[in-house]
Amino acid sequence: MILLWFIIILFVGGILAWIAEYWNASISRWISMLALIINFCLASYLLAAQNEIAILSESSWLLYYRIPWIPSFGISFYLALDGLSLVMLILTFFLGILAVLTSWKELQYKIGFFHFNLLWVLAGITGVFLTMDLFLFYFFWEVMLIPMYLLIGIWGHENRRYAAFKFFIFTQASGLLMFVAILGLYFVHGNLTGEYTFDYFKLLGTTFSPEVGRWLMLGFLAAFIVKLPVVPFHSWLPDAHAEAPTAGSVILAGLLLKTGAYGLLRFVVPLFPDAAHEIAPWAMLLGVIGILYGALLAFSQTDLKRLVAYTSVSHMGFVMLGVFAFNELAVQGVVMQMITHGISTGALFIIAGFIYERIHTRDIDQMGGFWKQMPFMGTIALIFAMASLGLPGLGNFVAEFLTLVGAWKASHTLTIFATLGLVAATVYSLRFLQSVFNGAEMTHVTLPDLSLREKLMVVPMVIFIVWLGLFPQPVLNTVKRSVERVISAQTKVDDIREDLRPGIAQKGGEDE
Amino acid sequence: MMDLLWLVPALPFLGALVLILFGTRISRTMVAVIGVGSVGLAALITILVGTTFISSSESSFNLLLWSWIDVAGFSPSFALHLDPLSLIFIFVITFVGFLIHVYSTAFMAGDEGFSRFFAYLNLFVCSMLFLVLADNLLLLYLGWEGVGLCSFLLIGFWYEDKNNGDAARKAFIVTRVGDTAMAIGLFMLFDAFGTLAIPEILAQAPQVWTVGSQTAVIIALLLLGGAVGKSAQLPLQTWLPDAMAGPSPVSALIHAATMVTAGVYLIARMHVMFELAPLAQQCVAIIGAVTLLLAGFSALTQYDLKRVLAYSTISQIGYMFLALGVGAWSAAVFHFMIHAFFKALLFLGAGAVILLLHHEHDMFKMGGLRKKLPAVYWTFLIGAASLAAIPFITAGFYSKDNILWLTFASEKGNVWFFLAALFGAFITSAYTFRMVFVTFFGEAKSTVTHRAGNLMTVPLVVLAILSLVGGFIELPHTIGHLELLSDLLSPVLPSVILRPGIASAEWAIQSISIILSLSGVYLAYYFYLKKPALPGKIKSSFAGIHHIWFTGWGFDVLYQTIFIRPFVWLSTMYKGDPVDKCYTGIVLLTDFMHRVFAKTQGGILRWYIMGLVIGAIFILTLGLLL
Repeated sequence: MILLWFIIILFVGGILAWIAEYWNASISRWISMLALIINFCLASYLLAAQNEIAILSESSWLLYYRIPWIPSFGISFYLALDGLSLVMLILTFFLGILAVLTSWKELQYKIGFFHFNLLWVLAGITGVFLTMDLFLFYFFWEVMLIPMYLLIGIWGHENRRYAAFKFFIFTQASGLLMFVAILGLYFVHGNLTGEYTFDYFKLLGTTFSPEVGRWLMLGFLAAFIVKLPVVPFHSWLPDAHAEAPTAGSVILAGLLLKTGAYGLLRFVVPLFPDAAHEIAPWAMLLGVIGILYGALLAFSQTDLKRLVAYTSVSHMGFVMLGVFAFNELAVQGVVMQMITHGISTGALFIIAGFIYERIHTRDIDQMGGFWKQMPFMGTIALIFAMASLGLPGLGNFVAEFLTLVGAWKASHTLTIFATLGLVAATVYSLRFLQSVFNGAEMTHVTLPDLSLREKLMVVPMVIFIVWLGLFPQPVLNTVKRSVERVISAQTKVDDIREDLRPGIAQKGGEDE
Repeated sequence: MMDLLWLVPALPFLGALVLILFGTRISRTMVAVIGVGSVGLAALITILVGTTFISSSESSFNLLLWSWIDVAGFSPSFALHLDPLSLIFIFVITFVGFLIHVYSTAFMAGDEGFSRFFAYLNLFVCSMLFLVLADNLLLLYLGWEGVGLCSFLLIGFWYEDKNNGDAARKAFIVTRVGDTAMAIGLFMLFDAFGTLAIPEILAQAPQVWTVGSQTAVIIALLLLGGAVGKSAQLPLQTWLPDAMAGPSPVSALIHAATMVTAGVYLIARMHVMFELAPLAQQCVAIIGAVTLLLAGFSALTQYDLKRVLAYSTISQIGYMFLALGVGAWSAAVFHFMIHAFFKALLFLGAGAVILLLHHEHDMFKMGGLRKKLPAVYWTFLIGAASLAAIPFITAGFYSKDNILWLTFASEKGNVWFFLAALFGAFITSAYTFRMVFVTFFGEAKSTVTHRAGNLMTVPLVVLAILSLVGGFIELPHTIGHLELLSDLLSPVLPSVILRPGIASAEWAIQSISIILSLSGVYLAYYFYLKKPALPGKIKSSFAGIHHIWFTGWGFDVLYQTIFIRPFVWLSTMYKGDPVDKCYTGIVLLTDFMHRVFAKTQGGILRWYIMGLVIGAIFILTLGLLL
């Protein structure tokens, strides 16, 4: 039940927040805050109790929830939670809380509707991380999309309509390809076994002719690599990130991109292991191109948010590289990257937001010497610039190093080029840091350093990123079994199905 | 007692943490107490731990703090490894570090970033200690990058000046290039051994690889890449002269005594790898020999007091690399230690001069400071004598003589290395005493209002004493023959193998080197005190060579042309994202089609009729034809 509550709380919270605006706009803020805090606490409880739950559930999946939805088509409302989804949920609610906090002062119109959209995006993301029914998965995939489109289109910066349309068209077009592939999978499996179902576990290990497998995989891949994004399908991202309100950028960079990575790990590799292996070298190549291309472009951007957006393109290249390296080290690195990049890039967007609130521009050329008046913000920016260039001791290093060590086993040449990305990351991170905070003071207005609310947002992020850098093992342990499942997709598909089915049958679709 | 080892890096870390969190809210005295005290305590504990360690019979001591990562056999942990090699390094780091911290309280007294300075400095000491105490290469890498960060922060400490920022960025990026090579080396080492623990790698390597095995050579070269970056050796030496933009105590601590010798530490630590890769080891020697000469020539032409010292540092580390390259491991460590003393002393002395002359860096605008700043003069002179390897009384003589002798006598040495080192020694004493004579002798060209206080003088005196007596722990066969340091290091670093039947030549080599270093001093005396007009004439007649030496052999221009400009050009050209242009193209095409087809629906009846007619004719024609 708890899985269902995650989603219901967000959906209902969103509607309440919208309605509450009639009486008092600030109630909407508190409602969405409350909804997210409840969810965060629930997820934290699950994280703390995961070992006990794991013993109860007798498989690598912690919790299930299943009720039939449209039984005649084999569609059910099927949620399941494992270590990977749990970690992603924590990240979702954590960044969600930050997104609410960051819009506390920034947003001044249609506040209720804003929070409605915010919570619904998060609900969609939560659904995506939990769903084990492909039809439902597509449903949540779309639920993420539309509110996000509105967030950018209504509350964004000057060029918001263009950015919102672009985001919508890219995501929607690729999403439709995935839908076609889902239907294809549905019919292939149905024809093969006579059982027409969208159940993820039943579809696992469906055998295809290589040709069919390849096409179906490409359908899924399309949706995920646009979302991730992989160069050359990234061009919606800089616009969307730059034009979105801060909360939108945080969610886009911190979470929406991660649904792409999650999709690769959860669907592409396990469902189509052979086809995935087939394209692995090309996928890794695209990853490396993304790393270098993103870094190159990040360097010359003059719009602070675009700069951060291109660093995301660069960092997500590591995800592509790691997933298709097919070994535990690399995939663990990818999962770490999903979390740490969510935090570090989220923080950079939040800092960009802070600066925008103070000087009302995103143009780096009009910034400089901010350290003098805002040393606290400077320190925070320093930490996250270091995180983004992969300084050991911060979480991103663990992620990138694991990915690269793992990728080395798969391809030496590509790993060498990816490692060069670390130099490029140094170049753009230092440029960001120095041109904003160092040098002579550019503005002569007084710039207040971070307020209590702002400190409350960034300090936990710092703690998280340092903690993940020094003590990453708890997270690595939590996702270990999910990662092993991805790795063994190729070899042990059948074993997993045997391992899973009894567990599900016994639970009868109810959790705990 | 040994369990206290964790406190050695932890104390400076705590100091940094407290200063970052509360530095702006507490008084300056408190900041100084925390900043200096944490490193001072670490130095005390180092001595305690060190004496316990030496008196015990253990050859190494391991302390597991916590398990860092444990994934699929990749399991580096936060674990400290103390052995004689790391002991010497932590001793130098904490002890010299402490003296420099004390000095900094006076040097930085008026600076508004007082607490920030000590926070960075403490963080540096912590990272450096992790670097040398690390039990595995990933933790070493953490320290390695940590010192890089602190170096960046401290070079750019006075951040309002853009030039400082540029120098800081250059240092970070150039060293990061080396670090990246090293990272790839780590991937390969993990691939080969399934672990990054240093003791295990060193134990297994000789079993896995034969001498000269290709993988071993590649890995050793990659590690060397990291080492040349950090230690400012050819071809990644360009950042160090610019790094002098930082406050002088920073130059003393980071860019002379400790961080820049990290490369020496890495190679000494991984010496087994280099012994398995003779090609790589030879590269170490060649890089050392060439660097010590190139940097020496550049040092001869500088005006900025600190830049002379910077090139001198590059050159002296070149000596250490040369020693490593010929297998004289403990000679390199010996020179590292002595160099840390006298070079820190010289930088602190230079810092005092610069500060008392109101931030004047050009030594040709100084002159005659001998009388006005006696304490600084005498200590600086001792440091300079040690650097120039003035025989018998200075520590620098013993450590450099050791290297000179071994480049000649070692099995892996040869006469070319020896000649390079010998000639380097001559240049060294020439540029050193040029600096001394120009700065402290001659006529006074500036006014000095006050002298250095005790907080600055005491560290200078302590370092000066060490620069004199520090050498007596290791005496050559010809004079006394004492091998305290090599004996201490013998469990970690193998002793050098000499060419057969060569031992008798030692006194001859020593005599040559003594003559050369003294003649270097005379050269400087002749040019800068006796005939002060001469250097100007020579300079104008060899303007081209002077320019090349002065600009550090044009490496900056070279890198500017082949790396920086193309990168910036490419990045600026791609700023608008060419990939996005394709999508814009699709949009334009769609839009164009939309306009074309929209025209067909103009609402004008005669066009519709025309369309119908043409269509009908077309279909009819088709029907008739087919």
